[in-house]
Amino acid sequence: MAIPSYAGPLETFWYYAFRAFCALVFFFLISPLLIIIPLSFNVEPYFSFTHGMLTLDPEAYSLRWYEEFINSERWMSAMQNTFIVAVCSTILSMTLGTLAALGLSRSELPYKGLIMGLLISPMIVPLIISAAGMFFFYSSIGVSQSYLGLILAHTALGTPFVVITVTATLSGFDHNLVRAATSLGATPTYAFFKITVPLIMTGVISGGLFALMTSVDEVVVALFIAGAEQRTVPMQMWAGIREQISPTILAVATLLVLMSILLLTTVEYLRRRSESLRGISAH
Amino acid sequence: MMANTVEAEGQLTPEEQKRLTADMHRSLRRKKIGALFLVAPLLIFIMVTFVAPIASMLYRSIDNPQVLEYMPNTSAALADWDGNELPDEATFAALVTDLAEGRKNYTIGKVATRLNYEKSQMRSLIMGTARKAGKLKPPYKDQVIKIKAGWSDIDNWKVIKRESKSLTASYYIAAFDMETTPDGEIKMLPEKERVYLAMLWRTIWMSVLITLLTLILGYPVSYLLASLPMGIANTLMILVLLPFWTSLLVRTSSWIALLQGQGVINDVLVWFGLVNDESRLSMIYNATGTVITMTHILLPFMILPLYSVMKTVPPSYMRAARSLGATPFTAFYRVYLPQSVPGVSAGAILVFILAIGYYITPALVGGQSGQFIGNMIAYHMQKSLNWGLAAALGVILLVFVMGLYALYSRFVGNNNQMSLR
Repeated sequence: MAIPSYAGPLETFWYYAFRAFCALVFFFLISPLLIIIPLSFNVEPYFSFTHGMLTLDPEAYSLRWYEEFINSERWMSAMQNTFIVAVCSTILSMTLGTLAALGLSRSELPYKGLIMGLLISPMIVPLIISAAGMFFFYSSIGVSQSYLGLILAHTALGTPFVVITVTATLSGFDHNLVRAATSLGATPTYAFFKITVPLIMTGVISGGLFALMTSVDEVVVALFIAGAEQRTVPMQMWAGIREQISPTILAVATLLVLMSILLLTTVEYLRRRSESLRGISAH
Repeated sequence: MMANTVEAEGQLTPEEQKRLTADMHRSLRRKKIGALFLVAPLLIFIMVTFVAPIASMLYRSIDNPQVLEYMPNTSAALADWDGNELPDEATFAALVTDLAEGRKNYTIGKVATRLNYEKSQMRSLIMGTARKAGKLKPPYKDQVIKIKAGWSDIDNWKVIKRESKSLTASYYIAAFDMETTPDGEIKMLPEKERVYLAMLWRTIWMSVLITLLTLILGYPVSYLLASLPMGIANTLMILVLLPFWTSLLVRTSSWIALLQGQGVINDVLVWFGLVNDESRLSMIYNATGTVITMTHILLPFMILPLYSVMKTVPPSYMRAARSLGATPFTAFYRVYLPQSVPGVSAGAILVFILAIGYYITPALVGGQSGQFIGNMIAYHMQKSLNWGLAAALGVILLVFVMGLYALYSRFVGNNNQMSLR
């Protein structure tokens, strides 16, 4: 989109103003994430750059808040809880979601619209409403304030992502491949694991990563149905921000930004791989 | 053998036709059941872990068991009461029995709390009388009125009678800032006491403002991304996707670090001399904080649908318009903008739906003036413990969001919902 040669001075001005505006928006998008990285190395408990930091004095930087994070029993148990809940709910969502997506992609399934609507409803309903409903219902069946309750809730919130990504992968799926395998003597199970699974794997994994991220990041439902023993990282962050925001939060935030970079890279890689597998060029 | 018959007569005999149809039906049914079996585990799971909780909330917003369950005798005695004069001695006797029983079982507090939602002195009326009810001897009527004069007020009895039904609309009435008068009339509360409609209204206009801001910031960026060569666009896309993938709490806390009084932005402004050190801007813990932070958080949800629509608009259309003599502005306004409208609608509805249900960010950076209806629901869930009202507010919000979602899916169809959340 280079500036055309026939452009007059006004148009040239607009062209550069437009670009400058876009640059500002990109800056707005990314700077809050980047700014916390240096701030988390601040030796002082402030949220701003000290004089020493600006003059790049090594004395002004420290790993103090990271040490505090690692030595804090609360943060470590929160990490452990988040890990347990996220892994269990991701595995559950991937299994249930993939099976359902396989069913949904069959043309014979009756009431498809209704079923799809129900299955993705956890993604549409505002979290505060889901949290209130789950609080009432989970305490009445006795699973609130337990790992089981939290895992069930996070699974419910994560499955729509798996259902949607796997259904999308299956929409480009060539069913003749399975027929060919069967005609060559493969049992349906063998054909499923040898042909279907490898082809939909990218969809399953990226859906799973969305579910993982949902669970790792989820705080509203957790605040309502988790007990003190199931305190997760987001819950600990929430409490930290409300009570006394210390730079330890920024240290954790920096680690989470690194995690999201990792996840983003993986998902993008998977998406491109899936596109090239299906013969759609990424470029 | 079948093939022979077909060849011989050119068509199937009725009997064979019937058998063939039956076979087809059976095979179709088997396939149907197979597909249902695959979907069933998740469907049942979602029904139990998600749909049932929402249904239980719906029910709780109209459920009204307290008076009926914990004051059974009074409820029964009041059933035939005409409401014109004070109830008779038998009703007072029933009241004393219920109060004494309720105090012994520690259930009377629930009734008192419930009735206090309807009329503000009911709690002390019930609790004060219940404390002495165990020692009373008949006849009760005058003694009860002596303990609490409120029992001679017919209006109090009318409230009890009204709330002795197992279902109630009173939580919804309260959620719309209305009240039921003792005569059963529903009217608006006095201006000063109205809370929820103002809160709902604020939630809506702030969500609209956030949606507009994301549109103003997102539209040019999406246009740039859609018109740049793929390689550069993909690289710049990372700047949109990284915030999208980053934890909500991380983004909220970094805005706290940026916006607070001693934060980065104020420091920079003071350093440049734009703002006095004493009069630093208060950009957080108020509505401004909520709007800035939520605009940042929701911007990717605007850019992604806009980008995917703009990607499909052929750039040659704009060139054609220019070559036919249109000014750049006319070409954009008449040719490009109309084609990007589906993306604008989808993005705007998506951002609005997400914004209107927000809870975490307003709670952390909103202070007093930046709270949303979601915060009100949380307040009644966790602090005031008026769960019926929390449920009613939740249902109102849910109906609103569902309506908007129906609009949204008309714009994007069912398969493109990944960008939600």
